[in-house]
Amino acid sequence: MPDNPKRRDLLGLAALWSAVAAMGTALAGVMRLPKPAVLPGPLRIYKLGDPAQFAVGSATRMEAGGFYLFRGEEGFHAISSTCTHLGCVVALNEGEGFACPCHGSRFRTDGSVSAGPAPAALPWLEIALSPDGQLQVNAETQVPKGTRFRV
Amino acid sequence: MTPAKEFLENLKRTPQNLRESMLRNGKAPESDRERSQSTFHNFFLHLQSVRVHRHSLRFGYTFGLGLILTASFVVLTFTGILLMVYYKPGAELAYDSVKDIHFVVPAGRFIRNIHRWAAHLMVLAVFLHMARVFYTGSYKRPREFNWVVGLGLLVFTLGLSFTGYLLPWDQLAYWAITIGANIANSPREVTDAIGITVWFDPGRFQKQLLLGANYVGQEALIRFYVLHVAVLPLALTALMGVHFWRVRKDGGLSRDESLPAPPARIGDADVAVFAPNKTYGLMAVVRGRTPEVDRAPEGTVASWPNLMWAEMAAFLFTIAVTLVLGYFFDAPLKEMANPAIPENPAKAPWYFLGLQELVSYSAFMGGVGIPTIVLVGLGLIPYLDRDPRGVGVWFGGPAGRRTFWQSLAYGLLSVLALLVFTVNFGWLRAWFPAIPQIAIIVVNPATVIVALYAAWSLWVLRRTASIRLSAVALFTCFLAGFIVLTAMGSIFRGPNWHFYWWPSQWPTH
Repeated sequence: MPDNPKRRDLLGLAALWSAVAAMGTALAGVMRLPKPAVLPGPLRIYKLGDPAQFAVGSATRMEAGGFYLFRGEEGFHAISSTCTHLGCVVALNEGEGFACPCHGSRFRTDGSVSAGPAPAALPWLEIALSPDGQLQVNAETQVPKGTRFRV
Repeated sequence: MTPAKEFLENLKRTPQNLRESMLRNGKAPESDRERSQSTFHNFFLHLQSVRVHRHSLRFGYTFGLGLILTASFVVLTFTGILLMVYYKPGAELAYDSVKDIHFVVPAGRFIRNIHRWAAHLMVLAVFLHMARVFYTGSYKRPREFNWVVGLGLLVFTLGLSFTGYLLPWDQLAYWAITIGANIANSPREVTDAIGITVWFDPGRFQKQLLLGANYVGQEALIRFYVLHVAVLPLALTALMGVHFWRVRKDGGLSRDESLPAPPARIGDADVAVFAPNKTYGLMAVVRGRTPEVDRAPEGTVASWPNLMWAEMAAFLFTIAVTLVLGYFFDAPLKEMANPAIPENPAKAPWYFLGLQELVSYSAFMGGVGIPTIVLVGLGLIPYLDRDPRGVGVWFGGPAGRRTFWQSLAYGLLSVLALLVFTVNFGWLRAWFPAIPQIAIIVVNPATVIVALYAAWSLWVLRRTASIRLSAVALFTCFLAGFIVLTAMGSIFRGPNWHFYWWPSQWPTH
């Protein structure tokens, strides 16, 4: 019976591609490692103390939380100070709104973009009163612009 | 001879025998054949070809830039390993350990300075090397793929610089990681604008991969450390090996074959009497237009010592420059990382300031889109320009020289005009506050300048019917844009990224 080279080719190729597939699968399994399963990070809910300490008409920079707390006639609101462009921290200049030091984005006092590369407005953050009577800002949760918190 | 005597005799001869067995070709070579043997009998020297064309040794052709790159990488590896002895990659420890290196560790300040300056030199040399290879047409067949390998080396060099300046965990480091990770996240700007982020979010995936957490901290630092001291140096070393190997296999450095060889140097008298022996003959048989195929050693000189002198000169130059700079100028170290307040302005090192200017128009376009377009465009050059003429000739001749100057003028003027316009009148968002973000991603100063450059290049193509000249036009335009944008970011941007004529005009507070 003559040798069948085609069959041998097929078997050889099958073996080769099985080996490649096995190695590929193993590699894919191992390379899952750098993708974190758990994203560690601090809890971003901040207690700010007695609401009465913030005067009406005041704007307070909360460095640790990364937001500004405003108190107006209608109540409290908090605006994130993390630039929506590339994550620098914007600073509030009285009467001018927010300015970003890294790439020149400008935001109005309500957080909306007035100039520069920022793709979105600065988010407003959720405010609540904690059970112990402190003002509490949740920097993980956004609320629609214009939402005020009344004590 | 008694065994005892033989033992003593062997013991006495051991130093000499050890030296001979170690070097294989122990003595200083006297003939061309021995010079060849000195090269290929030595593991470290056999990376070089046995003979080198005299054109390849001309300083005015290469400026020794490839050698300077290699030398600075050696300096960086050496000083980097020394720094690793004291550096601690912990968010709480890194800054203090760098301060220790600077103030306490013996020679630590000097070594860190040298490391920093060698990194600057390497980045500068990699840009100049690329420009040299481009303008001499050295990417043409059969060297197309080595041009692509060179682009990989450029990317790894920039990656090493970026991951390197993050490690001190000072203000520069912290905000650079923050911005870098958010640039990796910036495809989100596009997916958000077209509303598909819920299903397809490559930005978030890349950011998580870089940071390993939801914030910039220990996880991010250790990832960048591993990239800086293991992944990228290994990748760079491997690619460097391929690059050197291809330089040899593709026939040595490119050269203009029509030019007469420059005057002879050391070892030249032997050329006439040199007859390749078997070993050398075998080594000369390689594919492609090599100096050896059917032309034997014509125009070439022995690598030992001619090439070795050139290499030594480049290494000495690199070491001298980094030593002097490292002695007189300290590597920067800002205040300790403060997640609450970035510096104002927060500026990257010089080689990324052009990029920082671009991302100040659009994060995605400046940080991901245009760099990708530029890299792909550069990679395509040798596959689009297949004209074999003009290899080894600066700008490919007088026509190319003319195109270079015209394109330089056009590139400088158009980017300057655009910057003047943008600084004075702002951009779309300032005129139409409600404009959708996707319009800004597509039409911003960065994309406009790319479009202007592409239009110029196409016009040159139409006018001259030469792909080479059109490539010269485009490359020169991008070079001009890179220089102007880098200058803009370095000198003319102040607090809040405002335009200022000079840093002395910056408001004090």
